Formats: sequence, structure tokens, C-alpha cells
Amino acid sequence: MNAQAPIEAGPLLEVKDLKKHYPVRKGVLQRVVGQVYAVDGISFTVGHGETLGLVGESGCGKSTAGKSIMKLIEPTSGEINVAGKRIDNLSRGEMQSVRRQVQFVFQDPYSSLNPRMSAGDIVAEPLRNFGVAVRSEVRDRVAEIFAKVGLRREQMDRFPHEFSGGQRQRIGIARALALHPHLIICDEPVSALDVSVQAQVINLLMDLQQEFRLSYLFIAHDLAVVEHISHRVAVMYLGKIVEIADKRDLFGRAQHPYTEALLSAVPVPNPRAKSQRMILKGDVPSPIRPPSGCRFHTRCPYAVERCKAEEPKIREIAPGHHVACHLRGPDA
Amino acid sequence: MTAPLLEIDDLRLHFYTRDGVVRAVDGVTYHVKAGETLAVVGESGCGKSVTAQSVLRLVPSPPGRYVSGQIRFQGRNLLDLDMAEMRKLRGAEISMIFQEPMTSLNPVLTVGRQIGETLVLHQGMDQKAAEARAVEMLKLVGIPEPERRVREYPHQLSGGMRQRVMIAMALACNPKLLIADEPTTALDVTIQAQILDLMRELKSRVGAAIILITHDLGVVAEMAERVVVMYAGRKVEEASVDDLFARPRHPYTLGLMGSIPHLGSSLVHNAPPRLAEIQGVVPSLREEIPGCAFAPRCGFATERCGRERPEIEELAPGHFAACFEAERVAAQFAEAAS
Repeated sequence: MNAQAPIEAGPLLEVKDLKKHYPVRKGVLQRVVGQVYAVDGISFTVGHGETLGLVGESGCGKSTAGKSIMKLIEPTSGEINVAGKRIDNLSRGEMQSVRRQVQFVFQDPYSSLNPRMSAGDIVAEPLRNFGVAVRSEVRDRVAEIFAKVGLRREQMDRFPHEFSGGQRQRIGIARALALHPHLIICDEPVSALDVSVQAQVINLLMDLQQEFRLSYLFIAHDLAVVEHISHRVAVMYLGKIVEIADKRDLFGRAQHPYTEALLSAVPVPNPRAKSQRMILKGDVPSPIRPPSGCRFHTRCPYAVERCKAEEPKIREIAPGHHVACHLRGPDA
Repeated sequence: MTAPLLEIDDLRLHFYTRDGVVRAVDGVTYHVKAGETLAVVGESGCGKSVTAQSVLRLVPSPPGRYVSGQIRFQGRNLLDLDMAEMRKLRGAEISMIFQEPMTSLNPVLTVGRQIGETLVLHQGMDQKAAEARAVEMLKLVGIPEPERRVREYPHQLSGGMRQRVMIAMALACNPKLLIADEPTTALDVTIQAQILDLMRELKSRVGAAIILITHDLGVVAEMAERVVVMYAGRKVEEASVDDLFARPRHPYTLGLMGSIPHLGSSLVHNAPPRLAEIQGVVPSLREEIPGCAFAPRCGFATERCGRERPEIEELAPGHFAACFEAERVAAQFAEAAS
């Protein structure tokens, strides 16, 4: 597989200044006393046949971002285009046609499959809902999809609890594939799986991408997995994208201090590697009262006065390499 | 040579359930020396956690039953002790930290009370002295404003801080052995780095031996001196951490190493290399497995492997593996590495 994504006119998914704020309510009257700035103005694109990795620690807003794109969570503001068509202002009914093109795979294969439906019915449901297959054909179509994800035809009549974790994730992927989508939003698709099974699912996702020229928005916290599967990677911190770049630039020449810390924190499976670790102090601040200026300044070892006062804009410091930091870039 | 601090000897722990007997631990032997860090690696269901829980006798019985074996701590078989004697050991000589600090801390007691409890119980301290010592412990594990935090409840702390509190509790009585069951799995990577760093620092200061149970080979490489690899209730390989990573001899260990993507791989490879999959799934422990439990998923397996169980053998000084084809495994790894 080539690391370079093929280029086609315009990106498949374009997200501009996406925001999702949750009100914080208090008291008997449930007055709004504040906002959780879960996602606070992020912009990115995903090209045709490309995988964009979205990484960050828990609470950084990466999952909320993924769900807001398809309005599983209603975004507060922002513009979203799928294949050049604006979708953020569509009504529920109008969204239906978009949902055919964009599907989800979730983290937990135990809770994202209906336990009362057979595996075959789970995969057949989108086909029926969208009326894309005649009744008599549905079973054959499902069998076809089962084969694609490495499940057997006779497993169609079994129920989710009869499958192992890895197989359940295959059912989840089969369901997502049923409508031949262009984009699959994968939210931590392998983090609940054991390592040996994780490799099976990663390989499967990459094979399917080759075969169907799928695009992935791959949301995960495991940096090695994200590096393996992605073409480009965006790093989120407290609701903002702090760095976005081609994966080789990001993993080879990380610019944002947070990316640097994140990469250095990963334990390396080689006892002889002596890592120069950059250990961050403290915890991630609350997204209810994010720090002033640069949100990372409270934990950043390089922070200067300016970082406390002024929020850095994300800018392109090298072709395709965007960073939001006052201290990095040509004029820093 | 002095006897090891802890010796687990041919331990068999079976669960008698309505659906049959689950052979969760099926003849496991390993030891930990004083002051050593031993990592126990394996996937979910391999028996790594229940083996360690057995050391503290935390496995409910029934349904669990120790079919055979001994767990000797400083020469005493823990399986012979009654619960009163066990309670004297727990927290004082042997303590444990768990994966999920939110569910393993008591939500209705302050952090100070929980840390102090072991001190009151084992060292006969009064409440006031115990609280003062709790503040010291919180300071030791790097919690800011310990005087304030000591009066707080678990829900007021972040995940990383809760894990620090657990470590403070575990170390309050200066135990000789600390069992850490996936201590950083629930934490974010930057917080994991903090906690691993803390554990290393405290170990050098307190000198406790550590059994570190994990599935993360990165954590193993970073923390352990020796490693035990478990599969389907048995030990399949044991070696020093350097030997294990340099010359794995069991196909399962080899498979684990090949199946994880490595950070920085995109800088070395033009296109991502295909991850080595371990085909199939972990076997059910309800049925007796006649041959090698890994054989159905193993690329090296011969007809003999399905029939006969390989015993664990010392193939090089300190390097044990339970595999008939260990030499072929080592050779293939060496070839792939060169």
C-alpha cells in the first residue's frame, strides 16, 4: 500500500471550524452556568482513499468530533462538506442519503451490536432500511459481505454473544460496508481487542481500503496503530487540533510540544532503546475552563508569557504541515 | 543461593461452574526474587491475573479451587494459611494495585482514611499519626497539595491521581512484594509515563519486588528485568527481558511481537508492512487440551504438537520455553531481524 493518498478533485470530507459546546447546568432551575468546550473550532479534510488519524488523550474531543460530523451529536456550529455537498444544514430526512456514504465502526463490539439480532440481520438491516437489495437477494448480499470481512456464511444465523471480540468487530465492519460507503468513521475500532486480534482487524481495514478505495477517519489513542494505518495524522488537545501533518512529518519531525510529549511517552517494545522521555507535569485541564491563550501552556515545558495571553493560530509551517504554536515556524 | 521471595509452584486453579470446569491456571510455575521486577504478559483469559490474585488469595472459592501447587512467600505456603493469617500479610508484606482505580478505591472514605487504614491495622498507629503518614505518602507519590487532597474523596481526583493514591496505599507499610495488575492500562499515555516513572523511582527507594501484569510489550521492555509469557493458563516462555526481545523462542511470543505496530515505522518503511496476524482465537479452557494449547494457531506446529504437550525446558541459561520447535522459532526470528 502506498503511503501517499491518491489525489482526486476536492476532498471527500471537509470540516471547517467545527464546534460542539455542552451547557453545564446547575441548581433546581437548571440554569446554564458554563460550557464544556468539547470541540472548539477544528478544521480538517479527508481525501478519497485516504486515512486521517485523529489522536489525543481521553477528553480531548476526538470522539465528539467524529460523532458531530454525521450529527450523531448535533454540532454547535461549523461547516461540513461530504463530496463537495454541504451537509451540516440538512434536515434529519435529508441526512439519510448522506448516511449511505458515511458509516461508523465503534470501539466496543460488545455494546454496539444489538444482542437480539442475528449477525446476518445486523448486516442486512442497512440494506433493508435503504431498500438497496430486493428481499430475495438480501441474504446473498450479506453472505458476500461476510466473506469480505472474513466471516463464514453459516455464521449469519448466530447471535453476537456467540462471537469473540475480534469477530464481533468484523460484524461491525460488515455492517458499515453493507451500503458501499465512501467514508468510514472508525472510533477506537481496535482498542478493546487483544493485541493478536488487533492485528487481524487492522489488516482487514487496510485490505478493504485497497479494495473499495475507502476513506477512513481513524480516531484512536494508540499512536503506533495510528501511524501504521494513517496517511495523515491530526493531534487534538482540549478540543483543538494542535498539529496536523503527513504521518512521516508528524512522527519524524513533530513540531508541537504536545505532540512531542505524546510521542516520547509511548513505551517502546525494545529493552535496549534508551528513551529520552519528556514527562508532562499534571493532568489535562478541564474543558469547562480551558486555560487562557494556548491551552497547552499549563503543561508545556517551553511556554513563555505570550503563550498565556494569546491563542496561537494553526498555520502551515511546511507544505501540508500545520501547527498551532507561537514557538514553532519560520518567524518563531 | 537464597530462596526467592515468592515461588509459585505448579499452581492449578480451576473454576467449577455449571457449564463445566474452567482450567484458568493449569500448572504455572514462576518465582520473583527480592527487589526484582517480573513482568507477566499474555492476552485476556490467559490466567495472568488470577495467578497473581491467588498470591493474595483473592479468588473466591467456590467456584475457584486450588487443584494442586503451592505459593511460597518467604518459604511459607500461602495456600495453607487461614484468612486471619492472610489478612496480616495483605497490605503489610504483599500489596496489590489494580487496573481501575475508580472501582478499587472506596468511594465513601476519604483518601487519607484509606491510606491510613493499613497503617492502623498493621502498625497499630492511631488515626492522627496515620493521617500524618498518609500526607507523607501522598507527597511521595507526587500529589500536589497533599494536605488538602488527603481529605478528599476518590471522585474528586483525576484518573492519574487515583492511581497515585492506590500506589500510596499499596506502599504505605513498605511491603516486600507489590503486585501491579495492568496499573496503567486505563490511563492516557502521558499519565502512563508519569506512573511508570513513579513506580521505577519508588522501587529504587523502597526496594520492593514487583510483579507487573500487562499485555503491553512496551511497558514490559521498559520496566521488567525478567518476563513470563502466559497462554491459555500455562507459562509458555520465560527469559530475561533482553533475551526475550532479542531471541524469542516460543511462537506465541514471536506472534505477539510481530502483531504490534511500532512507533516510528513510517520513517523506516516506505509502505506500512503487513502486521503478522495470529490466526484464530484463544482456545476455550473448558475442554482438556491434549497437545500444545497454541498449536491450532501456530505456523510452526507439527502433528506432534496436536498430540503431545511440550514441557517447559531451559533452552539457554535462564531462558525457558514450552515448544518442540523452539529452535526453528529462534532461527526464523534471527533471520527476520538480520
